[in-house]
Amino acid sequence: MKTIKLIPMALVALFAFNSCSNNDDAQPVNEEEVITTVTITLTPQNLFGLPVILTSNDIDGNGPIAPVITTTGTITPGETYTGNVSLLNILTSPVTNISSEILAEGDEHQFFFNAPGIGAFAYTDQDVNGRPIGLEFTFTASANAQSGNLTVILRHEPNKTAEGVAAGNIANAGGETDVQVVFPITVQ
Amino acid sequence: MRYFIALVFLFIGNQSIVFAQNKISGKITTEKNEPLGGSHIHTNTAFVISDPNGNFLMDLPSGAHRLIVSYIGYKTVDTLLNINDNLVLNFTLKQDVSTLSEVLIIDRNLKTNGTLDKQVLKTAQLERYSSGSLGDALKEISGVSTLKTGNTIVKPVINGLHSSRVLIINNNVRLEDQQWGLEHAPNLDINTAGKVSVIKGASGLQFGGDAIGGVVIIEPLSIPVKDTLFGKTILNGASNGRGGSVSSSLFKGYKSGWNWNLQGTFKYLGDVETPDYLLSNTGTRENNFSGGIGFKGEKSGFTGFFSYYNATIGILRASHIGNISDLVGAINSGTPNVVNDFTYNINAPRQEVQHYMGKLNYYQNFADLGKLTLQYAFQSNNRQEFDVRRGDARNRPSLDLLLSTHSMLADFETSNSEISKYKFGFSGMYQNNFANTDTGVRPLIPNYDKYEAGIYSIATFALNEKWDLETGIRYDYSRINAAKFYLKSRWDERNYDADFSDIITGDFGTQWKTNPDFTYHNFSGSIGTKYQINSNLKWFTNASLASRSPNPSELFSDGLHHATGQIELGDLRLKNEKAVKFSSTLAYASDEFALEINPYLNVINDFSLLEPTGLEQSNRGAFPVWEYRQVNARLMGIDISANYDFAKNLNYRSTFAYVYGEDRDNQEALIDMPPVNWNNSIQYSKKDWNDLVLGLQSELVFTQNRFPDNDFIVNVPVDGVFVLTNVAISQPPKGYHQLNFNSEMQFDAFEKSKITVGFNIQNIFNTNYRDYLNRTRFYADDMGRNFTMQIKFNY
Repeated sequence: MKTIKLIPMALVALFAFNSCSNNDDAQPVNEEEVITTVTITLTPQNLFGLPVILTSNDIDGNGPIAPVITTTGTITPGETYTGNVSLLNILTSPVTNISSEILAEGDEHQFFFNAPGIGAFAYTDQDVNGRPIGLEFTFTASANAQSGNLTVILRHEPNKTAEGVAAGNIANAGGETDVQVVFPITVQ
Repeated sequence: MRYFIALVFLFIGNQSIVFAQNKISGKITTEKNEPLGGSHIHTNTAFVISDPNGNFLMDLPSGAHRLIVSYIGYKTVDTLLNINDNLVLNFTLKQDVSTLSEVLIIDRNLKTNGTLDKQVLKTAQLERYSSGSLGDALKEISGVSTLKTGNTIVKPVINGLHSSRVLIINNNVRLEDQQWGLEHAPNLDINTAGKVSVIKGASGLQFGGDAIGGVVIIEPLSIPVKDTLFGKTILNGASNGRGGSVSSSLFKGYKSGWNWNLQGTFKYLGDVETPDYLLSNTGTRENNFSGGIGFKGEKSGFTGFFSYYNATIGILRASHIGNISDLVGAINSGTPNVVNDFTYNINAPRQEVQHYMGKLNYYQNFADLGKLTLQYAFQSNNRQEFDVRRGDARNRPSLDLLLSTHSMLADFETSNSEISKYKFGFSGMYQNNFANTDTGVRPLIPNYDKYEAGIYSIATFALNEKWDLETGIRYDYSRINAAKFYLKSRWDERNYDADFSDIITGDFGTQWKTNPDFTYHNFSGSIGTKYQINSNLKWFTNASLASRSPNPSELFSDGLHHATGQIELGDLRLKNEKAVKFSSTLAYASDEFALEINPYLNVINDFSLLEPTGLEQSNRGAFPVWEYRQVNARLMGIDISANYDFAKNLNYRSTFAYVYGEDRDNQEALIDMPPVNWNNSIQYSKKDWNDLVLGLQSELVFTQNRFPDNDFIVNVPVDGVFVLTNVAISQPPKGYHQLNFNSEMQFDAFEKSKITVGFNIQNIFNTNYRDYLNRTRFYADDMGRNFTMQIKFNY
């Protein structure tokens, strides 16, 4: 019986000495998957034109600060542009190039572009299954001066074989949204 | 169950015929053959006491007699005899070790918590949920409902309250398993329970003072002090989910007082389905193991217990959303946007949880004084949540928390009086949470150390033949010391600089390191009475005060909760939550009819709740922001249960529960209050036909019409233009009715072993429904029809 009585006491002692803390050496986590910067570069196929750069920059990721949208350059009516999307996470050091992660998993991702009245989009890249990803595309501006919005949506794990999806119609795509940015855009 | 019938040895001899008076003589001994002098031997008409050698002699007229032999600390022998001759009766009385204190006061049966009307689930009821969860089983009790995420994550809700407001006491250890989370189910295997009881409200003060909702007490099967070996194996198969479970347990007792037991459960289920579609990624795995060793001595004894719970739980794939447009899409489409082929595989999103518990409990009986109990317990809870992620992160959890808890208890319960009983004790706890930073996601719950100490005292009095009174008081000290990183932008948005600038301990670029170190004092108390109106009717009345410190989630949450697609913000300024609950129960019980009516009122000040307050934008689009805030609330309700054996083989059972929750500050309904539910069942049982049981249950859940309007309007881009869209998250789903069938039969298998075969159907008519308290209700229907088969071997 003596030993049985000793056990709880020993455990009390253990309890008392176990209070080591790991608070002091706690390190912050920088969100790895956050997309802080979405940049769309539209380069005119006409050698003399100027590129148009659309940027949405969210310096705190999922924090309270809303993304800031900036546009440089103007879109020329009727011009055809070579488009490209870049996604960065500037919260990590070094900066993470998320678009290359998307390219590596192209079969699980797809961008959708929509700018009614402003112009038309056509995918120029392909995943391992020959289906579009949308990191690269061409954009043909409308023949007339217009202003409106360009919506860029990136879906993770969409149904890439669903009807219309390969042509850029999001309606049947499903999946979950990784990027959703709306850029005000003007053709003049 | 805790009791077993003492062995009585009857020797009949010396059959000489005398007149009408017969001489009854004999000897009373212990099991060790020691004489028990001073034993009481009495019949309806006569009473004698055995001499120091244990011998007795009494004269009885011929005829039937009820003979009772009793001695304090031993099991009473109560037997019917037909006497028409002289008789020698020798009795061996068995020691009543486990219930020594209860024997002393057997006349009044005065018990701590005796003024509480506890609701109890026994082994037979629990076995039916062998492949389910604790929450599912508790639903049998009126006033207990469930908060679910899908079908496998089931939390008990007592009188409208859950999570940190419901204490789960498993094997006398308060379960510390990150219970604050709405999608964190109690981490225990229901197959380890021999008995589950529910105390509604905070009156069970020895368990803690913060049970604003109530206490769920899970007790293992008690092993008798005798040479015995018994066990059972339960096999379950289910059509919905195409899997099942197997659970086995073995108990060994020795006459010397030693005992041991082992138990294990293995569960394997794939995707479940609704009437119309498969719920992809809803499989479950469980591997649980537990074992114990103990010694029940007359003076002292101990138990050592170890348990391991390991679960992998798939979360409905379609409930993982990217932003608010996805949520709008899900609500509007009415069907899940991902439905794959059936699989047993569990992908992301999923939870992987391991819970270890080890405890040592020691007791010492002090003659004529009482019983001292000392206990130490260690728990380790590791929770990993996996989200749908990209690249290398795919196989890394998004949340990885390790919660370690050491706890101690010391209780003393007096047993020196038949009219009063005192119980007092002390508890201490040290807890450490470690948030793994390899996740690449900022943890919702930071690293912290928590220290708690509590002291309580409960006094129970038998005022007279009919009235019992119990009063209790408790104080708890709680200190939490955390290392929390805040985004500087969040710190400013919360305006924390004004109150908490002194807790900043480091500057890490975009984040502040802070050291919140908060202390809370909680006072709680209770007073209750039990009035035995007559032998069938009892009336319980209780008032309790409970006080709860804010939990880590309420204090520190700050970020995107991927499981819910919302930004959840805690508040460092939260205060203790205080509740005063009044409850009264009228309980009638006769041989064929039982009825319990329990109205209550729970007035809660600084009730913390999570509520949507606005939207935040990111490159993923908009997210709703849900903030913890405190309101003054009031919950009122009534629980009714009835049981009626209305014909020889027919039993009717009914439970009804209603709760009315109100935010007193804003005069509006409280969120997530269970709708009115009314369950009725009828059961036919026939002993002669292999214990045949046939039952039909009707589960009726009404529409919850009282809810706060938390809908919000958001700009959703449609075809390049923003469209103002209402996000309808408030409206509860319509009520529903479900019919279930159960049946079982028992067969003798081998010598001393039995096989029970059960066949059940849940949701017979394959009804489509969604439940207000199911967090996946925005994305998919609830589970459809399920055929289950249970085979149970008792040996």
